[in-house]
Amino acid sequence: MRHRVVITGMGIICPLGHSVEQVWDGLMTGKSGAAPTTLFDASTFPTTFGAEVKDYDIGRFVKNVDLHRNGSRGSLFAVGAAAQACRQGRIDIETDNPADGIDRRRMGIYLGAGEGSVNNDAFFSALADSWQADKQCPDWNIWVRTAVSKMDAAGELEQEPSMPAAHIAVLTGARGVSRSCLTACAASTQAVGEATELIRYGKADVMITGGAHSMIHPLGVTGFNRLTALSRRNDSPQTASRPFSASRDGFVLGEGGAIVILESLESARKRGVRILAEVLGFGSSSDAFRITDMHEDARGAVAAMAAALKDAGVGRDQIDYISTHGTSTAENDSIETMAIKKVFGDRAYKIPSSSPKSQFGHLIGATGCAELITCVMAILEQTLPPTMNLNDPDPALDLDYVPNKPRKAKVRTAMNESFGFGGQNNVLIIRAFE
Amino acid sequence: MDGRRVAITGIGAASPLGIGAARLWAGLLEGRCGLGPIRAFDAAGFACRIAGQVPQYNIRDYVPKSHRKATKMMCRDIELVTIASKEALDCAGQITKADDGKEATLVPHRTAVNFGAGFISCDLTEMAASVGQSLTDGRFDIRKWGASGMETLTPLWLLKYLPNMLSCHVAIIHDIQGPSNTITAGEVGSYLAVTEAAEMIVRGDVDTVLAGGGDCRVSPLGILRPVLMGRVNCQSNDNPAAACRPFDKGAGGSIFSEAAGVLVLEDMEQAKRRGAKILAEVAGGGSSHSLNRDYFHLEPDGAAVRYAIEAALNEAKLNASELDLIIPCGSAIALDDAAEARGIEAALGDAVGNIPVWPIKSMIGHSGAASGSLELIAAACAISNGRCGGALNFTELAKGCGLNLIKDGFKGPIDTVLCCGYSFGGQTAAVVLKRVKG
Repeated sequence: MRHRVVITGMGIICPLGHSVEQVWDGLMTGKSGAAPTTLFDASTFPTTFGAEVKDYDIGRFVKNVDLHRNGSRGSLFAVGAAAQACRQGRIDIETDNPADGIDRRRMGIYLGAGEGSVNNDAFFSALADSWQADKQCPDWNIWVRTAVSKMDAAGELEQEPSMPAAHIAVLTGARGVSRSCLTACAASTQAVGEATELIRYGKADVMITGGAHSMIHPLGVTGFNRLTALSRRNDSPQTASRPFSASRDGFVLGEGGAIVILESLESARKRGVRILAEVLGFGSSSDAFRITDMHEDARGAVAAMAAALKDAGVGRDQIDYISTHGTSTAENDSIETMAIKKVFGDRAYKIPSSSPKSQFGHLIGATGCAELITCVMAILEQTLPPTMNLNDPDPALDLDYVPNKPRKAKVRTAMNESFGFGGQNNVLIIRAFE
Repeated sequence: MDGRRVAITGIGAASPLGIGAARLWAGLLEGRCGLGPIRAFDAAGFACRIAGQVPQYNIRDYVPKSHRKATKMMCRDIELVTIASKEALDCAGQITKADDGKEATLVPHRTAVNFGAGFISCDLTEMAASVGQSLTDGRFDIRKWGASGMETLTPLWLLKYLPNMLSCHVAIIHDIQGPSNTITAGEVGSYLAVTEAAEMIVRGDVDTVLAGGGDCRVSPLGILRPVLMGRVNCQSNDNPAAACRPFDKGAGGSIFSEAAGVLVLEDMEQAKRRGAKILAEVAGGGSSHSLNRDYFHLEPDGAAVRYAIEAALNEAKLNASELDLIIPCGSAIALDDAAEARGIEAALGDAVGNIPVWPIKSMIGHSGAASGSLELIAAACAISNGRCGGALNFTELAKGCGLNLIKDGFKGPIDTVLCCGYSFGGQTAAVVLKRVKG
């Protein structure tokens, strides 16, 4: 027997705001989270801007801030988003002996979470001090002296990608299944999908799931700049993320945390908590093509979408909205459009699809769940978030991308797509709870 | 687990005891120690100068011609898991796209890959050359780095170090088109990957999964970080073979290493139909999370270890008294050993005194996200060979430890093995393997 899985809480920290309401309001009013980079001196980098989380105060969300004092940006975003989601889902995080009706050994965590930033001062100083130009290698004796003087144990532990989950465990007392995955840009969609399976098959009653990540640091931006994946529209950060437009030139690097509470229908009913939506289906595939490129016929994306439809048991005619991966890179937006056409045939033109990345940027490990939350909001508000900055459509990309302004629409069933570097594809289907 | 059953039909390993699961197993049975002086870089100035390293290899020998160019995009973690994957598939008798000229038996869309991966440290020598071109008055200048220094890094630099690339390379090489996941749960990554892989088969999503993990801790950052966290025995540089002493009164810390281990999991019926040799069955898995507020160690009562073991036994429908062997984490970090032992004792109750405990990190070191895969391979070999080895370096139990550590190995039927572990952030996991009779 397979349990039905519902969403009973949501929380988000992202460049458009620090709550679901703020982020949704930002999406509805055409705001952009992009601005010149302030987290480090990026003034000479090929890309000098990003979508940063600004003015974040974790004390607004948790009582005992001290428990998270060493947390990386990713961990702190995870904690803030999880605290919001728990409050909405009426999971008690304030008392030592919670009386919310949830057995902590039946409550688990599954995050798509990223590594924390290295200690940049220690990292670069140690290499600078120890570099021997004549031998073309560092003197490790010098390297270790500088590194030891600048590194601290807590900061090093916090770089582990499992740490955001550790902070959520301490926050919530969750003692059930605990996993984290990092499948690049598809991570939190995969996490929510696998967490759904855990509840369906009775391994947990409640899962705190989603993702948290920040790669807005010197090595992260270096990596993406070297791949030529980031937009270089430095003179106009707010219009740089322009998915599906002819002049798109790369994604805008964002950061954040996005968490949903998944719960078996029985548990949600027993607790009498409000049900926001139902998770109907999950599909996952691998391109098995190239490290650097998506499969040219969209093989993997098509397979994941088809698998999600089959798992959800819904027909192609029932999808009312697609939240695309829509990164604003030349390759993704073309291949993704091809995939939608291959899966939906002529109906592809009638299904509105959009990319919130045009506004909050690409949250990497956290992005899939952030976009899942926008799907839930689209269902609850019967309104589609737009694809902003779509003023010069690419002639080859001719679907209905909900350009430039939100739209009232009947949305019962929505599909959320995430595709990761290296060819991991993950697709979720959710539906209004009936 | 209810539903389909999961067989282990192939194993592959690259470890400090050599390349190949057979070398790993032979070394573990003999009680041979694979730890030694660090060769990967000049560690003279480091507090710890020993580690577990995989013998020299040429990665091009382990990939098909079509993937040779892509080996340039492999960090060492990826190389090791690529080597182990090929061996595991060969061991299982599964032919893939990588076996040139033969008809593949592996069905691409009915196969998945799921690996535990670590926090990958980039190659500092490569990075240093670019930093060296970004100096002003001998100090790092981020403006020079942004304007020109970074341009000297290879364009695909980032892709060498993304943890998901372990699974991606292996999926490409062997044409695996089902789900691909990478578990980043630190030192329990392999256990969680194997558990999730088994769940995928039980659900019927796929029929075959390559599962395990790969991790290289032998790099300047990989060695220094745990030293700073107080997890390393820095007092045994002259005697590597005696350095790692799990659950012993002389436990003074871990020694870190590099390794990969891969298991081929298959639907039991498919394995039988193919006539594959079945090494063991994955009977159950469980996990939990420590709630210790200092994050560095497990909570003293080991509750999260206990919960993970109880969940795994429950899923395997086994009582504690039915266990024939335990392969624990045994990091040789005194506080964590004590907590792990308490967790195991609480989960198994009175039965614990009779169950042999065989920690293996004294021989192969702590290979982070890969360590669980090596322990599961050892467990599968113990079951299929009806043998196990002794606990190297065990002389006297640490105070308060009630586990039945075995100094010498034994021969005899081993029907069930419990493996368990924890990450250095508090995630815990346990997996139970059992013998398939007949």
